[in-house]
Amino acid sequence: MTTVTAPPRTSKQMVWVTTHRRTLGRYILPTVFILGLIGLQELLTQNGALPATYFPPASEIAAALIQELSAPALGSALSSTLSTWLMAILLSVGLGTIVGVLLGLIVPLEAILRPIIEFLRPVPSVALIPLVVLTIGTGSQSALFLAVFAAFWQVLVPAIIGVRAAHPVALDTARSYSFSLWQRIRWIQLPSMLPYLATAVRLATSTSLILIVTAEIIIQMPGIGYEITMSRSVGNPARMYAYIALSGAAGILLNGLVRRLENKLFATHGLGGTA
Amino acid sequence: MKTLVAASTTDRGRLAFGTFGAVAAVTAWFLISEHSNNAYFPPLRAILEQAWNYWTTAEGVTNILASLQTLAGGLSLAIVFGVVIGLIIGQLPVVEQTVSPTLEFARAIPATALIPFAMMLFGVSSEMKIFLIALGCVWPVLLSTADGARRVDRTLSDTARAFQVSGTQRQLYVILPAVLPRILVGIRIAIPLSLILMVTSEMVGVQRGLGFVITQAQATFQLLTMWSGILILGILGFTLTFLYTLVERRLLRWSDPRGDRSS
Repeated sequence: MTTVTAPPRTSKQMVWVTTHRRTLGRYILPTVFILGLIGLQELLTQNGALPATYFPPASEIAAALIQELSAPALGSALSSTLSTWLMAILLSVGLGTIVGVLLGLIVPLEAILRPIIEFLRPVPSVALIPLVVLTIGTGSQSALFLAVFAAFWQVLVPAIIGVRAAHPVALDTARSYSFSLWQRIRWIQLPSMLPYLATAVRLATSTSLILIVTAEIIIQMPGIGYEITMSRSVGNPARMYAYIALSGAAGILLNGLVRRLENKLFATHGLGGTA
Repeated sequence: MKTLVAASTTDRGRLAFGTFGAVAAVTAWFLISEHSNNAYFPPLRAILEQAWNYWTTAEGVTNILASLQTLAGGLSLAIVFGVVIGLIIGQLPVVEQTVSPTLEFARAIPATALIPFAMMLFGVSSEMKIFLIALGCVWPVLLSTADGARRVDRTLSDTARAFQVSGTQRQLYVILPAVLPRILVGIRIAIPLSLILMVTSEMVGVQRGLGFVITQAQATFQLLTMWSGILILGILGFTLTFLYTLVERRLLRWSDPRGDRSS
């Protein structure tokens, strides 16, 4: 290192800062920031600057969270929210991909259906809640329907674009080797869709979680959303914040899972996870 | 078949095919539902009549305006905060490293999970709706802006530095135009989200707005009003997205159309 010529004390500090810059940036600064925020919140609530009825101190929220961890409500709320979410993702990605491939390959059909897609896509699917309550009921199928309705379009549109994004040379090659339709889809169109699908799945993940939590709050069906709104109405804000934090944790967990899956898919297709 | 495919790839062909599809779908809905005895799926004609009768009255217009006002308020707050904070985070790596795990967490909270929180803070009021929309929609704008600010073209920022453009001028005339495409992408993601949050917050007890009307109609079994409200919401969503596409195109006319706007 060139720092040898510098005065010994600064050089040591310099070396320390340069070698630990990564750790400093990646772990220490964010940790200090989060702890600082929590400390500030605790301080402001303890001395009454923030009204305690709305903002219980962080320590109370943490206590509520720990208490919930051993309570039966948490397990059943998490499992019903997450199982509905998993179903919603599988259904919306599955249906979106299949219909996307179909419409991507059959251009006239896509041209006919395009205005209908463009009209249905921006409909806020929560607007369907009253209709869904009347026709499907207040069970978890309602949440599933709403989530799939919202996420399906987010998969379908990129899927169509993805099918069309197949490289013309690859398509010509496939033709000259007389690939069957299935071979063409499997080896050319599906791989060309993958980067588009990856983004779509990430969008669909958060959208469907939002819709499921919404359904739980509005229709009052069991799940994380229901626990949040119930904690508020029984006047237990600490528990409400604990469940909001849990919903964030669930979101992070799901995003992480999806990203991991994505990297795996890309690794096998040699695209190196760049999209 | 060949000619069909060829026809559907030209602009005029697509327009014709699309018009055909739209007309066919509406006609099919109209005809199939005309003699429907199912109370849940009333005839389209009755829905349209009800839409005309209810949403043109003073009450209907008030409700639409109430929804639009909160939507505009919440979205503008989200855009202002998202862009300002995004620009700061994107240009100062230290700040980005410091706050990014916290932001990651805050963003992962499904926006509607914060409805009880917003209700506790503001009660059942239009401030609650605006707060909720702003809180939920700020993330896509913020993250997209920060992402854009991080990758401002090197030549561009070096040129600005060589001409000693700095401070506010640099932010306004160099960074902001360069980041604009990404800001617009963020807003594009925020718009549908804002509609979801608007409707949802109106469903939990605010006495005005589209969401209120359709839930109320469901509770009192006025299915025609409910359907007409859903229809209006659909049209609203479609119109907003369409208008936004026009705005986007106008604002980005100067930029390279082949530029990275896909993500």
